[in-house]
Parts: sequence; C-alpha cells; structure tokens
Amino acid sequence: MAPRTEDEFRAYVQAGGQVETGDWMPDDYRAKLVKFIEMHGNSELMGVLPEREWILRAPTLQRKLALTAKVQDEVGHAQLIYRVVEDLGKPREAALEDLVSGRSKFHNVFHYPTKTWGDVGVIAWLVDAAAIISQKALLKCSYAPYARIMKKICWEESFHILHGRDVVLALVTGTDEQRQLVQEALDRWWGPLMQFHGNPIPAEDDPMYQWRIKSQANEEARQQFLDGYVPQIRELGLSVPDPKLAKRDDGVWEYTEPDWDELRRVVTGHGPRTQERLELRRLSREETAWVRDAVLADAA
Amino acid sequence: MNAQLLLELADDELVLGWRNSEWTGIAPFLEEDVAFSSIAQTEIGHARAWYELAARESGADADALAFDREPGEYRCAPLCELRLVSDWARTIARHYLYETADAIRIAELARSDDPDVAGLAAKIQREEAYHVMHAQMWHDRLRGEERYEAALDELWPYALAVVEGERRNELAAAVGREPAEPVERGEHTDDLAALWEEMTTVRRSVPGAAW
Amino acid sequence: MVWEVFRQEREGQPFQHGGSLEAPNREFAEAYAREFYGRRDESFALWIVPREAVLEVREPYVADVFDRDYRRVDGYSLKVKLKEARERAAAAGAG
Repeated sequence: MAPRTEDEFRAYVQAGGQVETGDWMPDDYRAKLVKFIEMHGNSELMGVLPEREWILRAPTLQRKLALTAKVQDEVGHAQLIYRVVEDLGKPREAALEDLVSGRSKFHNVFHYPTKTWGDVGVIAWLVDAAAIISQKALLKCSYAPYARIMKKICWEESFHILHGRDVVLALVTGTDEQRQLVQEALDRWWGPLMQFHGNPIPAEDDPMYQWRIKSQANEEARQQFLDGYVPQIRELGLSVPDPKLAKRDDGVWEYTEPDWDELRRVVTGHGPRTQERLELRRLSREETAWVRDAVLADAA
Repeated sequence: MNAQLLLELADDELVLGWRNSEWTGIAPFLEEDVAFSSIAQTEIGHARAWYELAARESGADADALAFDREPGEYRCAPLCELRLVSDWARTIARHYLYETADAIRIAELARSDDPDVAGLAAKIQREEAYHVMHAQMWHDRLRGEERYEAALDELWPYALAVVEGERRNELAAAVGREPAEPVERGEHTDDLAALWEEMTTVRRSVPGAAW
Repeated sequence: MVWEVFRQEREGQPFQHGGSLEAPNREFAEAYAREFYGRRDESFALWIVPREAVLEVREPYVADVFDRDYRRVDGYSLKVKLKEARERAAAAGAG
C-alpha cells in the first residue's frame, strides 16, 4: 500500500521501503533529499579541483593514467548525481549556478589545499575511504534512483582506494624525503578527516536518518573509519597526529574532539581554498557557456 | 625504424595528452569531460608504448624518456605544445586536425617493415578510431561557428608538421584545405617551457626515486 | 535531451537500466554511453533510447481482486493425487 501521509511514509521507509521518482513524497522529505544529493554532486565536482593539478605533475606515466582515471570517475559520479537531482525537479544548470554562487554546499575536505605528492596518496587512500563508508550506507537509501547510482559509484571508488594505497606504499618504501611527504600530508589532513562524517547527532534527532536517506549515524561512520584505517596507518610506521587517539576495551575509539567550529566555517564557504576554487569553476563555466549553448540548447 | 622518429610519435602523444588532460574537471559539460579525459588517457598510453619501442635498443625506460630529458630534447610538433585551455574552439580544432593527421600517419606505420612498429600501429589504430569519431562529431557540430573556423585557419599550418612529404597532401585533401607554409618541428614554442616545468616538478624533487 | 542507457553485463543476459545522460543527438549519445558504461569494459552491449521513447507503466496489472490461482505455481496441489496414482500403479503392477 503506497504511503499517502507523512507518518505512513516514515513508517514505510523505516521498514525498508523505497520510492521512485514519480511516487508521492512528503515535502520535507523531498526538500531534504534534493539538498543532500545536490551536496554530494557538488562535492564530487569540487573534489576534482584539488586533484587535477597533480595529473599534470604525476611523476610516472602509470601514475598519470591512474590519477586521470580517478578524477574522470569523479566527474562521472557528479554527472550521475546531478541527473538524479534533475529528475527530482532541479535542472543541472540551476544546481551549478547555486554551487558557484555559494548558495549550496560541498564537503569540508574539498576546501583545503593540496601541497605535495604526499597529499595525492593520502587523499586517494584516506579521504576516499572516509567517503566510501558513507557511500556504502547510501546503498540502502529510501530513494531508489539514488541507491541505484550508489552501486556504480561504490564500485568505481574501490579502484581509487587501491591507487591511493599504492601511491602511499611507494612513498613509504622510498627515500626519507618521500616518507616525509606522506607523514606531513597526514598531519595536515587528519583534522579535516575527523570532521568529515559530521558532528555526532543521535539517530533519533537526525532527520536524514529518520527519512532513511542516510542509514548510518555520523559517529558510527567515524568509528568505522578509525577501526578500518588507524591500524593500516600505524602498520606503515606512520603516526596519527592525535595523542588521545586510542581504542577502548569495549571497542570504541576515543579521540580529541574535532573542531566543529572549523567545520561549520569551512562548509559555509570560509575554507582556505573555497573562494579560489569556486572562482575557477565560475570562470571556466563562463568561458565555455557558448559551447553549451551551441550543443545542448536545441533538441535533436 | 629509427629511434628519433619513434620519439617524435611518442612526444606528440605525451605532450598532446598532457594538454588534453588540462581539461579534465573543467570541460564544457560533464558528459564531454568524461569522454575527453579518456582521449587524454589513451594518448598517454600510446606515448608509453612508443617510448617503450624507442627504448628497446637503449634499455632506458618509458618514464625516463618521457620525463628525464631537457626541454630542448623533445621532438614534438609545435601543434601539440600550444596551451589552448580554456578555449574549446581551438582545442577541438587541434583535436580534429591532429586526429586526421595521426590517422594518416598510423595507417602508413601499420605497413612498416619493422614488425614491432607495424604491430603497435595496428593496435593503436583500433583505439584511434574512437578519437577520429569523436573529433568528427565535434567538427560537424561546430562547423560554421566563426570562432571554430578561425581556430582551424590558425592551427592548420601547425597541423601540417605532424606528418611528412606526401602525407601532407593527403592531410590537406582529408580536411578540405589548401597546403600552406607549415610550422615545422625543430623549434619549440614558448609554451613548452612552462609545460615541462610543471610536468617534471615532482619527479625532479627526488631524482632517481621510484614513485 | 535525456537518453536512457540499458546495458547487458555479459552475452545473453537481459539488458538492465544503467543510467541516463544528456546529449544533443544520437552520435553524441552513443559516444557518451560508451564512455559511461563501457570504459572499464563492464558491458557487453548497450541500448541507448531517448527518454521520451520509454513508456513507463507503474501498476502493470490488477490481479489481486479475484482468485486466479491457475496462473500461479502454488495454485496446483499435486501431492495427494500423485500419491494415490502411484499407489494404484503399484497395486496394478503387483497383481
């Protein structure tokens, strides 16, 4: 029986029910859904910018190919995601306009600079790992079209982590200088990584969880990340720059409270590279607007 | 097949692939971004294969040939060096002219007496068919646009240098243009220095390291 | 213009919906579909269809009003009759 009221809908999705594009949805669900998915699309598109510089600087042909393929995948993900948003009523051009004008958001990690080849390894390995944990939880999203594209996205992301790990391993088995590149990058990225999954909202208070748009609470995702990756980091002889980081006997990781103020400042457009990157996007959109007019404007 | 000619082929593909990858993430629209990125990757892959062939006598490796030479030692055509991002008209004009020239060049190499060269050329031809299709698709779409026609006019003399001798007449016939005074290989454009600098910066930071 | 792409994972398998893309005409749609659903060699074949050509039907059939068990496997209960038939055949054979 298709749900027709907010309460019926909530019970339906919490029991594992999914909806398609044409189905009835509460206004609040639809609004939150569009905002959430749009932010994901924005993140894939903005995530490209810190990484693409390093394609040009890749020190071997193999690395150049792998990094180009990774960035290409991310653009592909943005395409899939914006299509889903468009089918929910918000055209791609409107979403891109909102992005470059600062009206919509993208994830914190993409507001930070990349400084060395060490960042390339750390981002592909750890930032992508943090992202995959969230993305796997979205495979069960109550909105079926989004759950379906997440399958393709998760599959392609698995290659990225392997690439990242490979880059890091080459560096940590190389010269002292190369090892230092990784440790230094890790020291800079640890803060944003710990903030990535968001502050710990209890599931009952998180509307995204109530609507089953997300099926995992923020803290659960962070614990999963620490469980999976801290041992991997330490086994390479790298150190995590948090003296309080430790796993309790009951299996829960303790850590220094992340700077939630920093997170809030960054995602509201005040990150170290936010404006510069939005400006780059704005400019490249302007310079290529004629192409979209010439090619996409008229129907076949 | 002499190593210098193989280096020309490899350097063309490397430098053009590098230029084309400047568009990854900022292409006019998302679908095209993904498509054009594949073209850049294929070019780098072909460069690698030609470098490996060029290295067969010397024992050097493809990465050393690609990255460890001085700018003056590269033998790429000036067409490939030009920095054209964010100008899509000039980028597609180059793409169309280069792919047409490259198809002519590769077809000849597929008939080479050197079995390694002929074999590699045949493999490359299969992947290049997609590049030619893609370039033709855009050429058909942008034809008549003033800025695109101007870009073709501007880059035509550069395109001629991608091939040699009789192949230049073949190229002229293929794109429907009169032969012109070519911008020959040998002297690098101003754009190569900055490209080389950025391309080799990480590699030079720890000389001889594995990455 | 939006195009829907259906992909066949391996030879002989059903075509399944893979996703949609924006392209001005068939040529571009083909180029992009190959990229998105083929560059990792993950599809054996593709069907590319303009979205407006796809007719979506949400409730294909109203079948739950009257009992139509003759259309379902569980509408047939052979066990009892089969037992009786076997017993009869065994008795006839022994006699």
